[in-house]
Amino acid sequence: MNLDARIPEGPLAQKWDKFRRDAKLVNPANKRKYDIIVVGTGLAGASAAATFGELGYNVKSFCIQDSPRRAHSVAAQGGINAAKNYQNDGDSVYRLFYDTIKGGDFRAREANVYRLAQVSGNIIDQCVAQGVPFAREYSGYLSNRSFGGAQVSRTFYARGQTGQQLLLGAYQSLMRQVNLGTVKLFPRTEMLDLVVVNGHAKGIITRNLITGAIESHAADAVVLATGGYGNAWYLSTNAQGSNATAIWRAHKKGACFANPCYAQIHPTCIPVSGDSQSKLTLMSESLRNDGRVWVPKKKGDKRAPGAIPEDERDYYLERKYPSYGNLAPRDISSRAAKQVCDEGRGVGESGLGVYLDFSAAIQRLGEAKIAERYGNLFDMYHEITGESAYKVPMRIFPAIHYTMGGLWVDYNLMSNLPGLFVAGEANFSDHGANRLGASALMQGLADGYFVLPYTIGDYLASQKPGSRPKTDATEFQQAEKEAREQLQKLLAIRGKRTVTDFHKHLGKIMWEYCGMARNETGLKKALELIPALQEEFWKDVNIPGESSDLNQSLERAGRVADYFELAELIVRDALVRDESCGGHFREEHQEEGECKRNDEQFAYVAAWEYKGVDQAPVLNKEPLHYEELHLATRSYK
Amino acid sequence: MNVTLKVWRQEGPETPGKFVRYAAQNLSPNMSFLEMLDTVNETITKSGEEPIAFDHDCREGICGMCSCIINGEPHGPEKKVATCQTYLRSFKDGETITIEPFRAKAFPLIKDLIVNRSAFDRIIQAGGFVSTSAGSAPDGNAIPVPKQHTDAAMDAAACIGCGACVAACKNASAMLFVSAKVSHLNLLPQGQTEKERRVLGMVEQMDQEGFGACTVTGSCEAVCPKGISLNFIAKMNRDYFGALLRGSPKATVESV
Ligand SMILES: Cc1cc2nc3c(=O)[nH]c(=O)nc-3n(C[C@H](O)[C@H](O)[C@H](O)COP(=O)(O)OP(=O)(O)OC[C@H]3O[C@@H](n4cnc5c(N)ncnc54)[C@H](O)[C@@H]3O)c2cc1C
Ligand code: FES
Repeated sequence: MNLDARIPEGPLAQKWDKFRRDAKLVNPANKRKYDIIVVGTGLAGASAAATFGELGYNVKSFCIQDSPRRAHSVAAQGGINAAKNYQNDGDSVYRLFYDTIKGGDFRAREANVYRLAQVSGNIIDQCVAQGVPFAREYSGYLSNRSFGGAQVSRTFYARGQTGQQLLLGAYQSLMRQVNLGTVKLFPRTEMLDLVVVNGHAKGIITRNLITGAIESHAADAVVLATGGYGNAWYLSTNAQGSNATAIWRAHKKGACFANPCYAQIHPTCIPVSGDSQSKLTLMSESLRNDGRVWVPKKKGDKRAPGAIPEDERDYYLERKYPSYGNLAPRDISSRAAKQVCDEGRGVGESGLGVYLDFSAAIQRLGEAKIAERYGNLFDMYHEITGESAYKVPMRIFPAIHYTMGGLWVDYNLMSNLPGLFVAGEANFSDHGANRLGASALMQGLADGYFVLPYTIGDYLASQKPGSRPKTDATEFQQAEKEAREQLQKLLAIRGKRTVTDFHKHLGKIMWEYCGMARNETGLKKALELIPALQEEFWKDVNIPGESSDLNQSLERAGRVADYFELAELIVRDALVRDESCGGHFREEHQEEGECKRNDEQFAYVAAWEYKGVDQAPVLNKEPLHYEELHLATRSYK
Repeated sequence: MNVTLKVWRQEGPETPGKFVRYAAQNLSPNMSFLEMLDTVNETITKSGEEPIAFDHDCREGICGMCSCIINGEPHGPEKKVATCQTYLRSFKDGETITIEPFRAKAFPLIKDLIVNRSAFDRIIQAGGFVSTSAGSAPDGNAIPVPKQHTDAAMDAAACIGCGACVAACKNASAMLFVSAKVSHLNLLPQGQTEKERRVLGMVEQMDQEGFGACTVTGSCEAVCPKGISLNFIAKMNRDYFGALLRGSPKATVESV
C-alpha cells in the first residue's frame, strides 16, 4: 500500500499556511447539504462537532456515556500546553515543536507537530472566550506551571481539573449547536462498525445501549474521536468504558493501524492494592513540580519514610538527570522507578512503589500554598489510600496511561480510507513514541477546533452535495447483519467464565510481556498466550441477558473481543520494532538503562493493514524524514 | 469483612421493581464501593443471572456518571465524594447496605440503578454557554480577570453534573445544579453579554423538565460530591430577578 502523508511542500513554518491557501472550500450555502458523523465527545470529538456546527454542516454526535460531558477527557488533571510565552521564559512555537519531537523520541512527523505548536496559542484564546476558568495571578493574567520534558512554564491549568473545564467548554459549545439545530446528539449509543461504500467511509452502524436497537447512519464523512486503548492492559488510568472498538472495527474495514505498540506508562499513579482493583488512579504529573521522588539507598529498608535520614535517601531522578530532575519525561521516569524496584529498593507492602515527597515544598511554601495547587489530588490520594500526603510522602508506581499509537492519518488527519478522519488520542499523529505531559489536551483541541474544520472541507469539496449513499444500500445492510450476528454469537456461548475474568487475564499477559520492558522471548510467548486465551473466550465466556435491552456484560464482551485482536497486533508490532524508543523499551537495546534507538532501520511509522481472520497483517512503512531537526540521542541529563 | 446488600432491581421503566438481597463476602475495607458491586456482579453472572446494572465510568469522582443512593443518601455516607470514591472502610462489618437509584420525576428510570439525566443537557442547551465560535477569540490575556472572580467561577464550574442534589431534595429541585452552571459563566467577564438571557432560559427549561421548586433546605449542598455552595442559588436568584425586572429577552433559538 502506498501511504501518502500529503505533507504540503515548502519550509516547515509555512506548510500550514500553504495548505490553507490551497485547500478547496465548500461554499457557505452548500455546507448544510453535508452530513458529518462525529463519534466521540471528548475534547477532540466535542470540539470538532461544535465547530462543524458553527460552520453550518449537519452533524450527528455519538457517545457511549449518558451525556457528552462525561467523555474521559473530563478526567485529565494537570494542564494543557501552549506556546504563548506569557512567562517570557524563552518559549516559542519552535521550542514547543522541538520539545514534542524530542519527547516523542524522534518518531513523530515534523509537519504535524509544527502545526500543533502553531495553533496551540489559539486554543487558549478560544477556551478563555468560552469561559474556561484557567488559574490566574492576582494581576488577573493567566498563570502557568511546568510539566515534564520542558524547561519553560507553558502549561495552563484549572486547579487539578483542567480536562473537566476544557471539556465543559467544548461541551457547552456543542450544546449551543444542538440548540441551533446543527448538531443532533446520540448519547448511550455505541458505534459497532464503519460502513465503506466505493472505498470511501460513508457511515456507521450503532447499537442503542438502552434498547439494543442496531441502526445505520449515513454521512458524507466520518470522524472517529473515540479515545485511547489503554484498557487492553486491563488496569490503566482510563475510564471503565474507554475502548478500542470503534477504531479497531474501522481497522478491520481497511484503515491502517499505526504504531500500536507505543503506549505510555505514567510514572505517578497510586500503586495496585488487591486483586479486585478495577482501575489505577493517576496522580497528576504536575505534582512533580513540587514533589521529590526518592527511595531508600539500602535494599529492603522497611523503615517508615520519616525514619530514613536524608543521607540514606536516593533522589534518583535528581541524581541521574540533574538538568530536568523530577521533571524528566514520563517514559524515563517510569523506567527509573522500575529499575529501583527491581533492585529491591521499592517501598510499600508490595515493594512496587516509590515516594513522592512534598515535605521540602511544604516547608518552603507552607501547607496552604500546596493545598491551593494540588488540594484535590491530595484529597483523592487520601480517599483511596487513607493517608495524608501533607504528613507522609505519597507512594506512586507507573501504570498504563495513554496510547500514542492509533489509526494512521495523513497531514489532513484523514486515514487511508478517504472520508474517514481520526482525531485526538484515537489517531497516532503527534506524539511519536512518547507523549509529553499536557500535550494530549492540546492535540485533541487542536484537531477539533483548528485542523479538522479546514481539512474536512477540503475533502467534502470533492464530494457532490447529496451524493452520500442511503442507509438501505447493501453495504449498510450487510454491516448491520454482521453486527447482529456477532452479538448473537457472543450471547449463544453461555459458558462459565465472566467477561471481566478474561479481560483481567489478558491484562496480566500484556503487562507482563508487553509492559514497561519488553524482549523477544516474552513477546513471542505473548503471541502464543493471547490467541489461546482468545479461543477460550469464544468457547467459555458467560454473558447473561439479551441483546434487546440494556446489557452491560454484552457491551463489555464486544470490547474485550476486540482487545484480544488488538493485543495481538500490539505485541506483533513490539516484536518487529527491534529497537528501543520512547515508551517502547526493548531490553535488548539499551545503553546504561536508556533507550537505544536504531534510526537506520526504524525511523518509520509502522502502519498495519488488516488482511482478514487468520491472515497475518501486513506492515506498511511510512518513512520519517527529518528536514528541520537532526535525529539525536535524547538526553535529559 | 462481610455485608448484606439490599439492591433495587427493576428490569425497565414499565416493569415494577423490588429490593433483592445479596451477600457480599470476604471483602477488604480498602476496596471501593463499586469494586464491591463488581465482585457481587461476578457471582451473580456465574449463576447465570443478569448482574446489577449501574452507571459508572471514570471511577475517580469526576465524570459524574456513578449515581447510587446508599443507605438513603446520594453517594453514601461520606461527605464530598461520589459513589465511586466511597470505600468499604466507611461501613461496618456485618452491616446491611441499601442501594437505590437516584429518584426524581425528571430522571426517569432505565434499569436497576440507572436513570436518565438528559434533562441536564437540555438545561445547558437553553443558555449554558458563551456564544463564541472557534476562530473569533481575542488573546487569552486581553481581558484580565480578577483572581477572586476566576476562583469563584471555578468553584461553581467544579460541578460534575451527577444529579445528587436533585436526588437529595424532597422537591427534586435542580436549583443547585442550575445555579452552579449559571454562576460559572455569569461570574466571568466573558459571560456578561448573555448573562440575562442565560439565566432566564435555563430556569425556564428547568421548570419545563419537571424539577421541583427550591425551599432552601440545604440537603443538596450536604450531599454534593464537590461541595457546591448554596450561595450560588442566592446569586442566581439575584441574576434571575434582575433580568425579569429589566425585561430581558429569553434565550431563544438564534437564526443561523
Ligand atoms: C486520568 C488521566 C489524566 C490525564 N491528564 C492529562 C493532562 O493533564 N494533560 C493532557 O494533555 N492529557 C491528559 N490525559 C490524556 C488526555 O486526557 C486524553 O488523551 C484525551 O483527553 C483524550 O481525548 P479524546 O477526545 O481523544 O478521547 P476521550 O475523551 O477518551 O473521548 C472518547 C469519546 O469517544 C466515545 N466513544 C468511545 N468508543 C465509542 C464507540 N464505540 N461508540 C461511540 N462512542 C464511543 C466516548 O463515549 C467518548 O465520548 C489524561 C488522561 C487520563 C486518563
Ligand atoms: S464514576 Fe465517574 S464520578 Fe463516579
